[in-house]
Amino acid sequence: MLTRISAIALNTFREAIRHRILYLLLIFAVAMISFAQILSLLTVGSEEKIIKDFGLASIDVFGVLTAVFIGIGLVSREIEKRTVYTLLAKPIHRFEFVLGKYAGLSLTLLVNTTVMTAWFFLVLLIKGMFDARLGVAVLLLFFQFLLITALAVLFSCLSTPILASVMTLALYVIGHLLWSLDLLSARLSTEAGRILCRALYYVLPNLGNFDIKGEVVHGLTVAPGRLLWATLYLLLYGSAVLWTACAVFERKELQ
Amino acid sequence: MPILELLDVHKSYRSHLSIRKYWILRGLSLSIAEGEVFGFIGTNGAGKTTTIKLALGLIFPDTGVVRLFGEDASKVESRRRVGFLPENPYLYDYLTGEEFLDFHARLFGLGAATRRRRVKDLLERVGLANRGDRQLRHYSKGMLQRIGLAQALVNDPEFVVLDEPMSGLDPIGRREVRDIILDLKARGRTVFFSTHILSDTEMICDRVGLLVKGSLKAVATLVSVTPARQSLEDLFIREARGAPPSPARADGGHAHSN
Repeated sequence: MLTRISAIALNTFREAIRHRILYLLLIFAVAMISFAQILSLLTVGSEEKIIKDFGLASIDVFGVLTAVFIGIGLVSREIEKRTVYTLLAKPIHRFEFVLGKYAGLSLTLLVNTTVMTAWFFLVLLIKGMFDARLGVAVLLLFFQFLLITALAVLFSCLSTPILASVMTLALYVIGHLLWSLDLLSARLSTEAGRILCRALYYVLPNLGNFDIKGEVVHGLTVAPGRLLWATLYLLLYGSAVLWTACAVFERKELQ
Repeated sequence: MPILELLDVHKSYRSHLSIRKYWILRGLSLSIAEGEVFGFIGTNGAGKTTTIKLALGLIFPDTGVVRLFGEDASKVESRRRVGFLPENPYLYDYLTGEEFLDFHARLFGLGAATRRRRVKDLLERVGLANRGDRQLRHYSKGMLQRIGLAQALVNDPEFVVLDEPMSGLDPIGRREVRDIILDLKARGRTVFFSTHILSDTEMICDRVGLLVKGSLKAVATLVSVTPARQSLEDLFIREARGAPPSPARADGGHAHSN
């Protein structure tokens, strides 16, 4: 089983790194991180905060775009171009295909995030602004990419590439605004409304769990156990999403 | 035990926004015996590709039974001894020929040394020995068909399923594919392929099945339809147009012999 999953993962990684979009996104990310230095000149006394904030935000946005556009493309294209036929006509379980694609995409994101982070840290080191806690912030961003990738894989199994991209990006935005649902439920007067808000709050992905950018950039204390909680959340929520993707793909008619 | 067996298989599709069912296969029964080369012919949209997808567990029947090597076709293990070339294959064009074959060999859990040997042998067998280091995006249609055929043979399968293997090939390409099928036959393999090209079918098949609008109209040994009695083309045209039953008409999927 592992041999087959790793073969599919390696092939997915190979496809991603031979994809021009990956390099375009990387170039944009590196350019944006570099641009933060120019932007910081416009502010007085907040140069360090601007560079750190802009750098982390660039890694966040370009990592998510990679997860969504390359992730969805790689899975949907297999179905649309029918390359999946030659794979699934072999002794491969469908869940192995889904997990192999996910593993390959995760490896791609690991390389992508490492390149962006290396450039970001190099800029900070040159400026003498390096802070080890930024490493934890980037690690949590990577966890977020892993969760977004799982969602992208699920939606690719369910829908067309465009719809899957829209749904994944929508969940990314919603996932960062989920705290507002919590606030809303406290202000609602009807019990049914409160229950609905609470249900959505727990069912939708809470990407706030992976976001400590504000704390790190502004030198605030990061709650102890935050990394552990984020890891557990990724393992539980990510596994549930991937399990659903495998279950959906298991009975998918490949027409 | 038949290699492939379909018993009273019905298959329908529903378009996205419609509740109406479109029937692709209507009670198809077919049996492929070990060691034979079976040509599956039919009009466009007759259900040939659907039949092949059902046989490989890529789609599932509404009703009926599909068995591969005596096992339910949806079971993964039943595909261990199968090789498949889809119609107009879209292959991983970012891979080189060698990488492409190596990837498919890995899926069967073959070791590195075996894979290297198998890839080299297959590239030679399909006439691409000096093109193995080129990316598939630089291959011609004929070369793609041949590398697709090579991936179907990477596990040295006992049963080879080819969907329109001669489609779009020039006479030389068709000849090469035909020779590979004949070579498989000489090695005792079972081959099931769909095609529109009747002359090729006549040259290499032991039996043919004619599918029209989802129903099997005839299953015949080639001897019973070759010039002495009627050409395959005559049979095809008459059955496709809905003419009265011919001497070679199918009876529950069993072939008529002379």
